[in-house]
Amino acid sequence: MTTTTYKKRSDGRRFDEPREMEAKVGVVPRADGSAMFKAGKSLAIAAVYGPRQMNPAFMRNPKKGTLRVNYNMMAFSGSGERVRPGPSRRSKEINLVIEKAFEPVIDTTEFSNTAIDLYIDLIQTDAGTRCAAINAATLALADAGINMKEMISAMAIGKVHDKICIDLTKEEEDMEAVDIPIAMTSNSGKVTLLQMDGVISREDLKEVLRQARDATLKVYEVQKKALMEKYGGKNE
Amino acid sequence: MGLMVDEKDVVLPGQIIAEGMDFLPAMNTYRDENNIVSTRIGFIKMSGRSINVIPLSGPYIPKVGDTVIGRVSNIGLSSWSVNVGYAYEAALSLKDATSEYIQRGSDLSQYYDIGDFVVAKIINVTKMKFMDLTTKGPGLRKLNGGLLVKVTPSKVPRVIGKQGSMISVVKNATNTRIIVGQNGWVWIQGENPEDVKKAAEALLMIDQQAISEGLTDRIEKFLGGKKNDNNNIQEEI
Repeated sequence: MTTTTYKKRSDGRRFDEPREMEAKVGVVPRADGSAMFKAGKSLAIAAVYGPRQMNPAFMRNPKKGTLRVNYNMMAFSGSGERVRPGPSRRSKEINLVIEKAFEPVIDTTEFSNTAIDLYIDLIQTDAGTRCAAINAATLALADAGINMKEMISAMAIGKVHDKICIDLTKEEEDMEAVDIPIAMTSNSGKVTLLQMDGVISREDLKEVLRQARDATLKVYEVQKKALMEKYGGKNE
Repeated sequence: MGLMVDEKDVVLPGQIIAEGMDFLPAMNTYRDENNIVSTRIGFIKMSGRSINVIPLSGPYIPKVGDTVIGRVSNIGLSSWSVNVGYAYEAALSLKDATSEYIQRGSDLSQYYDIGDFVVAKIINVTKMKFMDLTTKGPGLRKLNGGLLVKVTPSKVPRVIGKQGSMISVVKNATNTRIIVGQNGWVWIQGENPEDVKKAAEALLMIDQQAISEGLTDRIEKFLGGKKNDNNNIQEEI
């Protein structure tokens, strides 16, 4: 192992400081629910359609509605090379993990045989896209009026050289780094998504999970603000 | 301890509404050990000790007895399929459509054709949300002409108002006929297209500002006072 130390983050942030976040609900007028979530340069737009008719018919579940996720990185979204459009091995994996991330919190028992389609488009990316996608998706699902036990907030935490950093950028990710995207529920802090790219020690992983709670709560505050902005009301 | 929000406050999914065992979870809420938590974006409505969250968004969920507006989407051998704004279509069978005698094998499109709008009542809903409709009954019929606007289904009670107070303000001020379906589809008909447009705008305004106070006054102001006080068109749904 190298003994290089990571002294200062390239964008001047503290190690436990997430990028500037911004969220907006109701950005796609024709969708049943939609939201935008921006973290640094990564920008995800999520749109929910449905519950609507599920086709092909053999995929219908008479006990509940099915959430279908479609994660799509736009061709021009990256900072480097053009992203090849259309589904890829990577996007299929992300669709699956996002579906699984929402499974414990959404209640679709009222919508038997239906499909709830969630389209997430990333129009600009700088690492942490699946987290931005999940954050936007939670808002879009809430906006669409799908019953949810709790909201979900996600954040990527990593280890660059010897330092645990929150919300890595692509530049940091491309260094000798470990990248761990984590999604947690808002109240109970239960983990609904946990992936890892790289190698990390047991102690460091524990530390990452400890920091994840605080980091996802910061995301949650942004999400709450965005929903309140649209739906208003007397409090907040 | 106790209630953490006030009546009519907006809550979000996962937001804790009350702590302790003094309250009961009702509509769109659940109990998580000691807490009562919301599952939807909506506002708080208490009924005794039960806490309800009246949603501010979301799809139409069919219920028996609802009067809805639908669009005929298909014609079968002895029934029609009607889109009422749910994922799956409702069935309007021949015997529930009309009390007329219909010859076997006759052309059903002369009663309701594809694309026709109808006011119908839901007479049966299964757990899987298969629906049966009827167009037999007072006020249930085919709609000719007019304009259709869609409002959020959960805000339909606000659009109608207490004993139809809100909708009659719009009707009287614009001199239009309005039918509000529980599915959020609203049909407007009037002599003057400008009036119809004004009524549609007022309805969308109600939809947007459903939780604000003094809305009836603002709608009255927007519509420029009452145009026709003794309006004889009465079509409450």
